[in-house]
Amino acid sequence: MTWSEMQPLLSQACTETFRMVLWSTLIAVAVGLPLGILLVLTDRGGLLQNVVANKVIGQIVNIGRSMPFIILMVALMSFTRWVTGTTIGTTAAIVPLAIGGIPFFARLVETAVREVDNGLVEAVQSMGGNTWTIVRKVLVPEALPSLIASTTTTVIALIGYSAMAGTVGGGGLGDLAVRYGYQRFETELMWITVAILAVVISLIQFAGDFAARSLHSRGGRSGPAPKLRLLKAEEPAAADVGKAA
Amino acid sequence: MPEPHAPVPGHTHARALDSDGNPVITTSGLTKVYRSRGRDVTALDGVDLHVREGEVYGVIGQSGAGKSSLIRCVNLLERPTSGTVTVAGQDLTALAGRGTRAGKELRRARSRIGMVFQHFNLLASRTVQDNVELPLEILGTSGKERSRKALELLDLVGLADKARAYPAQLSGGQKQRVGIARALAGDPKVLLSDEATSALDPETTRSILQLLRDLNRQLGLTVLLITHEMDVVKSVCDSAALMEKGRIVESGTVSELLATPGSELAAALFPVSGERTGADRTVVDVTFHGEAATQPVISQLARTYNIDISILGAAIDTVGGLQVGRMRIELPGRYEDNVVPIGFLREQGLQIDVVGQEALLVKEGAK
Repeated sequence: MTWSEMQPLLSQACTETFRMVLWSTLIAVAVGLPLGILLVLTDRGGLLQNVVANKVIGQIVNIGRSMPFIILMVALMSFTRWVTGTTIGTTAAIVPLAIGGIPFFARLVETAVREVDNGLVEAVQSMGGNTWTIVRKVLVPEALPSLIASTTTTVIALIGYSAMAGTVGGGGLGDLAVRYGYQRFETELMWITVAILAVVISLIQFAGDFAARSLHSRGGRSGPAPKLRLLKAEEPAAADVGKAA
Repeated sequence: MPEPHAPVPGHTHARALDSDGNPVITTSGLTKVYRSRGRDVTALDGVDLHVREGEVYGVIGQSGAGKSSLIRCVNLLERPTSGTVTVAGQDLTALAGRGTRAGKELRRARSRIGMVFQHFNLLASRTVQDNVELPLEILGTSGKERSRKALELLDLVGLADKARAYPAQLSGGQKQRVGIARALAGDPKVLLSDEATSALDPETTRSILQLLRDLNRQLGLTVLLITHEMDVVKSVCDSAALMEKGRIVESGTVSELLATPGSELAAALFPVSGERTGADRTVVDVTFHGEAATQPVISQLARTYNIDISILGAAIDTVGGLQVGRMRIELPGRYEDNVVPIGFLREQGLQIDVVGQEALLVKEGAK
């Protein structure tokens, strides 16, 4: 295969991956952020303490987190069809990706928000602030560096998932690598996709890292910036298992 | 803003607090029971507190005595199990309702109570000015007005040049100044200070206490502070209460406490020590408070009865322009030989405790 043959394939695959990851990230953040905050607020001793709601949300998140993505994708087919009218294609792949990303991000948000010093919450309460004020002015801004780190982790995990989504017709780089690299022995093309993925992931990691660190060290705040996880989707899952046990 | 009063000797407590001054903070029968792992822990056990308008009131006690629960019950950050809290004539416990969440009225009442914290609790994501503006944002003040007020308050606490800095760039004392400025943003009548100086070094502690004192004078701010440091009470408080095991065991103005025989707080505020140097000697604790303290009684005693007096220890301070404190003196001869000189001291209006004598009297009574 020549470069001129590969080039359109690659650029189309990149666009598809980009679309899948972008939309699923946006949805995962939009839904996962409030969900993660709710997990903290409804917890015992939280501002909106509600043990039942906490358990229910926690369970849903746990199930979503521990479900292997490829099974989630298949299990969600009828839902995907209901939402997008099809189960094949990039748009259809966004649905399971987003749904897989939501609990993933929600757990990370929960951890980040929990780190916020309760004294700050108390200070705002003592000023007469309500729960919404506390969320808006304390929890989110104070956890922002960690939230950015969490978003980076989620984007990278979703790139990984999107490769899987590709194998069932979602398109993208993963699909390209399987179809050409695996099924047609176009080893060269496969290595190029691997290289592209490696570069893209490094860039995202670097950008996220930089953003989190520059926010964190605002005004020379000392101490280590929030740790970023490198494509380790399994790591938080292991933590969940430990929590359940 | 009123001009700061110049410190006139003898008139530093010009706003002398009479005992029927308006109570600004009143708690009655305040009880707080925590449930932890099925066991009940009583943090507050029927606390009655009366803080008068314009005074600096210190609550002192060891950790675990319930001080922190008390101050947090005053603005209902902690819900008391029973009892009432009234701040500036408003029954906060009635406003609180039954739910665990603070209703609108309680939140409004809270915004009129400033609070400063041991660990400052400043938002790291905001500049100093934005931290001070936060309570005003909650009150819905317009942006222009917020910024004007914040700068004015920062000027008041001496940090006008740090408005654009982030908390991480400040020292502990500066952070607490920001905390104080923030607490004042809502124009409170009452300031609660939860161990505000406990995380600071002695030098900084002094300057922060001085600032609280100045604000108390300039703004007529009533300050309720809790601390575990006797020095804090000694340097700024008009009144104090001692807490032990969730109860207030002693309370009153500093001179009332001194006048109370056997007051632990007075003993801790003005510690005297010194052992009797011989068997045939009498040790007497003399407590000075009020007018008698201005008389040179000890030298009068020595001259009148021609006796040699040794001073074993003394803790004298000028509180409110009056000399208050205690002195431990030793007179030659047994107690029986010193009845007349001791009587003389009592006549001067001094409070006299003969050391070791209470035990003796009890023993005699037992016979």
